[in-house]
Amino acid sequence: MHRVEVRPREGVGDPRGDAIRRDAAQLGIVASGVRSARIYLVRAAIDDAAVHVVRTSLLTDPVLEVSRLGADAPEADVRTIEVHPLPGVMDPAAQTVQTAVRELTGADDVEVSTGWRYDFTGVTDEQADLVARRLLANTVVEAIHRTPWLPDDFPHAARADQTVRHVQITTLDDAALEVLSREGHLFLSLDEMRAIREEYRTLGREPTDVELETLAQTWSEHCVHKTLKSTIRITPADDDVIDWSDRPGHEMQPDGSVVIHNLLKSTVAAATHELIAEGIDWTLSVFVDNAGIIRFDDEHAVCVKVETHNHPSAIEPYGGAATGVGGVIRDIIGTGLGARPIANTDVFCVAHPDIAQVPAGCLHPRRVLTRVVDGVRDYGNRMGIPTVNGAVSFDDRYVGNPLVFCGSVGVMPADMCHGDAQPGDRIIALGGRTGRDGIHGATFSSAELTDTHADEFSHAVQIGNAIEEKRVLDAIMRARDYVPSEAAGSGQQAAGKGTSSSECRMPNANCLYSAITDCGAGGFSSAVGEMGEKLGADVHLERAPLKYAGLRYDEIWISESQERMVLAVPPQNVAALQAICDEEHVELADLGHFGTDNAELILHFDGTEVGRLPMAFLHDGIPMPVREAEWGSSDGATERRSDEGRGSTSLRDTLLHTLAHPNVASKHWIVRQYDHEVQGNTIVKPLVGPGGVGPGDAAVIQPVPGSKQGLAIACGLQTPLGDPAMGGDPYVMTLAAVDECVRNLVCVGADPQRIAILDNFCWPSCAKPENLGSLVRASEGCYDAAKAYRTPFVSGKDSLNNQFRYVDPQTGEQITIEIPPTLLITGIGIVPDVSKVVTSDAKRAGNVLVHMQAQGTDLQDCVRMSRVVAELVARGIVHAAHDVSEGGVLVAAAEMLIGASETLGLTLAAIEHPFAESAGGYLLELSSSDVAGLQADGGTVVGTLTDAHQIVIEGYDDIPVSDLRAAYMGTLDW
Amino acid sequence: MTHEHPLAIVIRTAGTNCDREMCRAFAMAGARVDLIHLDRLIRQPSLLDEADLIGFPGGFSYGDDVAAGRVKAVKCRVGLWPALRAAAERGACMMGACNGFQVMTQIGLLPGFEPGAWPDEPPEPVVALADNAQDRFVDRWTRIETDATSPCVWTAGLTGDTEVMMLPIAHGEGRFVSAHAGRIDDLRRTRRIAVTYASDDNPNGSEGDVAGLCDPSGRIIGLMPHPERYLEWSHHPFATRLSDAQRRGDPPGLRMFRNAVEHVRTGVGVK
Repeated sequence: MHRVEVRPREGVGDPRGDAIRRDAAQLGIVASGVRSARIYLVRAAIDDAAVHVVRTSLLTDPVLEVSRLGADAPEADVRTIEVHPLPGVMDPAAQTVQTAVRELTGADDVEVSTGWRYDFTGVTDEQADLVARRLLANTVVEAIHRTPWLPDDFPHAARADQTVRHVQITTLDDAALEVLSREGHLFLSLDEMRAIREEYRTLGREPTDVELETLAQTWSEHCVHKTLKSTIRITPADDDVIDWSDRPGHEMQPDGSVVIHNLLKSTVAAATHELIAEGIDWTLSVFVDNAGIIRFDDEHAVCVKVETHNHPSAIEPYGGAATGVGGVIRDIIGTGLGARPIANTDVFCVAHPDIAQVPAGCLHPRRVLTRVVDGVRDYGNRMGIPTVNGAVSFDDRYVGNPLVFCGSVGVMPADMCHGDAQPGDRIIALGGRTGRDGIHGATFSSAELTDTHADEFSHAVQIGNAIEEKRVLDAIMRARDYVPSEAAGSGQQAAGKGTSSSECRMPNANCLYSAITDCGAGGFSSAVGEMGEKLGADVHLERAPLKYAGLRYDEIWISESQERMVLAVPPQNVAALQAICDEEHVELADLGHFGTDNAELILHFDGTEVGRLPMAFLHDGIPMPVREAEWGSSDGATERRSDEGRGSTSLRDTLLHTLAHPNVASKHWIVRQYDHEVQGNTIVKPLVGPGGVGPGDAAVIQPVPGSKQGLAIACGLQTPLGDPAMGGDPYVMTLAAVDECVRNLVCVGADPQRIAILDNFCWPSCAKPENLGSLVRASEGCYDAAKAYRTPFVSGKDSLNNQFRYVDPQTGEQITIEIPPTLLITGIGIVPDVSKVVTSDAKRAGNVLVHMQAQGTDLQDCVRMSRVVAELVARGIVHAAHDVSEGGVLVAAAEMLIGASETLGLTLAAIEHPFAESAGGYLLELSSSDVAGLQADGGTVVGTLTDAHQIVIEGYDDIPVSDLRAAYMGTLDW
Repeated sequence: MTHEHPLAIVIRTAGTNCDREMCRAFAMAGARVDLIHLDRLIRQPSLLDEADLIGFPGGFSYGDDVAAGRVKAVKCRVGLWPALRAAAERGACMMGACNGFQVMTQIGLLPGFEPGAWPDEPPEPVVALADNAQDRFVDRWTRIETDATSPCVWTAGLTGDTEVMMLPIAHGEGRFVSAHAGRIDDLRRTRRIAVTYASDDNPNGSEGDVAGLCDPSGRIIGLMPHPERYLEWSHHPFATRLSDAQRRGDPPGLRMFRNAVEHVRTGVGVK
């Protein structure tokens, strides 16, 4: 074992050490110095000369770094902390170094691990420990050492015992079934456990462990959405704002209650199917695939998906967020016959970063947010996918259960939107090896979080390896567009316009596989189970390549190791696919074949049958009980109106305070860490205006380079309006969220008739009837909004157990923190002409700002307003457009100025409710000659842009725009 | 060397993720383009013999594990140096953007050698791109300046007003560092600092505001900004504010590629 220590050369600076010193100071620990060093542990039978080559030419930059074998002895007053990954935790850098060392030295048996060393001066041992635990390491995946670490060898697992285990279930009573569900981490309800017991009584045998695991994964909330698909009874109030009559799948009962058959199908999906029946002809695939697909132009389709990765991010924010990004990218790659990811989105909901105390078992929100951003950055940037849109919302109830939404958009040939596995197709796994990481992710994500989860479920957490996934993407794109002569590995591109790098395939291209999907929650069990639902599948688990020895067959089957895809490949195409994979350094494993007698799922290990399940029971056997939902009534508040500042000189303070509120303040600290322009197709960037500080309402990308048409991407999130604790109504919240999303898209120039949307429900436990009631109301809102705006939902996802339970150490009391019901609406809209996009930054002195405001409580009027504004934008007369959301009109106007050049100002007429928040509001910059007639449409001229760099409002002190900018930029300037 | 239809070879690996837009840039500028995996070139270095232009695209080659561009550079030093050296000597134009620049400095292609003086063995790197001063990845557009007296083929005649003369950066390791105190003066004196950040818009703490370097012949350039992300006016961060006069002709990013393609096509400036 060799240890190489690499540190910055004297004089070139140590930005990493400096950053840690700054962050430590935030914890109140002032170190006089922090020095960082990269550590490589290399186990290889190579001679000293080879070690020297590896150290000097591979591991050390001669200009920037110095290195040594072994370790610098810590000086007397220095506290040393080293952080190394725990055994079995993904270490992507180690994998790269391992390969490079093999290539450089010719040695075969090479094993590498990497770590970091930090030398602190001027701190105590206790302080160094605190910094290590709070800033440097997460002990769920990393070990902290107090001295330079050099083990004799890396730990190696023993071979696993592969004896088939049966689980006694047919004789269990209800109580014992519940114990089995909990202790086996199955998280199945008593009804579901009973259904399994009955099935095996009928079969006359006991299930094997892997059969039971497969059922638990497949029947998990995460995979089957059993709450949203169940039958629900709810009794509406008499004066309900929802009109319950004539809704599809809803049955009015004589007792006044309403029974809803399959909530999802009767609301979200019903709206889409009705819109399609009414003539919307541009959706190409809705709800059935890994992502929803719409037509982009004659040759191309675009697809979109948003996932959550909340529970993994709560325990290990870096790995949780990164693998959230990696997972949703694989959804795009696994849509139809494969799409190329072209944009990512991210939305986070966390507790306030200045919260003083967090409950035991929680990470501090500042650390959660920082590490989540790190994870999204490192994965998205490495994949070469621009992260173009997002949001952050702060509420202390997210403290134990933060929300991490990761979205991805892809482009694909329009005729490759569907794939089906065929009998006889080989089951081919591509990409990363299978390890113990991520086991029980599906069931874990479907359960409630508690303060012991970090220990109990640490194996459900994992670190991603973006480069592995990039290789898989490269290989799959080649296999999708396979041209036989291209097998040699390159395709020349003709000189000219440069549009040939789009998704246009060679005329003789031929896809090598008949279906593709990703390994997400549930791993092979879900991927193979879904692809083989109608055909059955015969799987040989010993053929899956493993990261290390010691995995049992059931672990291989359900492991959620990242960066794996499953393809159904006709046997005659396997060799061609193998050749591509060899060139791209992607591992390929042939796990078996699709198509069995009686459509059974049959699992083998080394020739022994370890499981056999009828696909029908696996996919349709889950019992769907009637669930009771309750809803009291909201106080009818549909607008939040703050009159603070009216009639007093504190308007300035209120405005500055609102701009500095973390929910409103600039997220530049996050946005700038993401490459939002890779692929070279980002037209409207997330931050706009000449200084690049104005908030963009929506991003616009060019899915097909060189084409005139663009795609706008935006979101809507209106959590406070639906918050039961604030008298909110999730129905109203949902209408407002769809409206916000549509407004954001319309503001940049999207055609409101070509917008597709997605829903992501994150709810507290719906076993509680009140929470189920609020879920029902949000779903009804989805139906009404989608129908009214004519914006079909094309995909969605739900996460329904977002709460954190812990025991208060003082009182011994058990406390549950439920998150506020949170619905993220994500939208994509076609922009007819990217040269005519509009941004939010105000442009020219002399122009006027017009507040276009619908009756915020009137859905139809909000829809009308979106059409009116879109028409103005399409006419090319709108110089700047911004949606009026958090903070109201005055904040929106301030944001337009903050994004403008550093001379522009604004003179405002008196505004009646400067901070009122309401749906259906837009602020447009128009030439004064273009405002005639807008009053009739709901427009009010609220001010005139000037050359004085301040906001002037009659009756108040002038407010310099530089103060607004400082307030807006400063809060999250981490 | 002149070719009516010059061939550009763009070298990709796992993690080079700006290769498609670099191909597009070369194609728009009039070159034929071949995107080839590094492993294939190492197996068959003679493929590079045909190249009039060579592109090292941006991205995270091999994950930027160990350091940005390190593994790709080591593989090029070990497996491709003679072919790259030959390409430099015969006057091929090369560009490395972002990760490509990091790779080129570590291969030893930059700051480069006088024609005829390229060494047989890959030279020790003498300049480097270190962690940004703020220890963070940054994506934004920066105002740039070019040295009109530089021999650089790529930036020849590249001028415009400050709103037009911008390029996007997106990197975590772009802080230019030279190994010896006198080196930067030497580079300045020989007009090799082809691209600088505007002095009040240096995004990463680069020594001397250096954004890009060329070799003595001016045919080989490496720069941290991404010219291939500025091929159309609509890519500009506030495109709708630009006047028609400002938007005349091609945007600076595309002009760089046109310059080089034109150079190898017509031999303009060939010594």
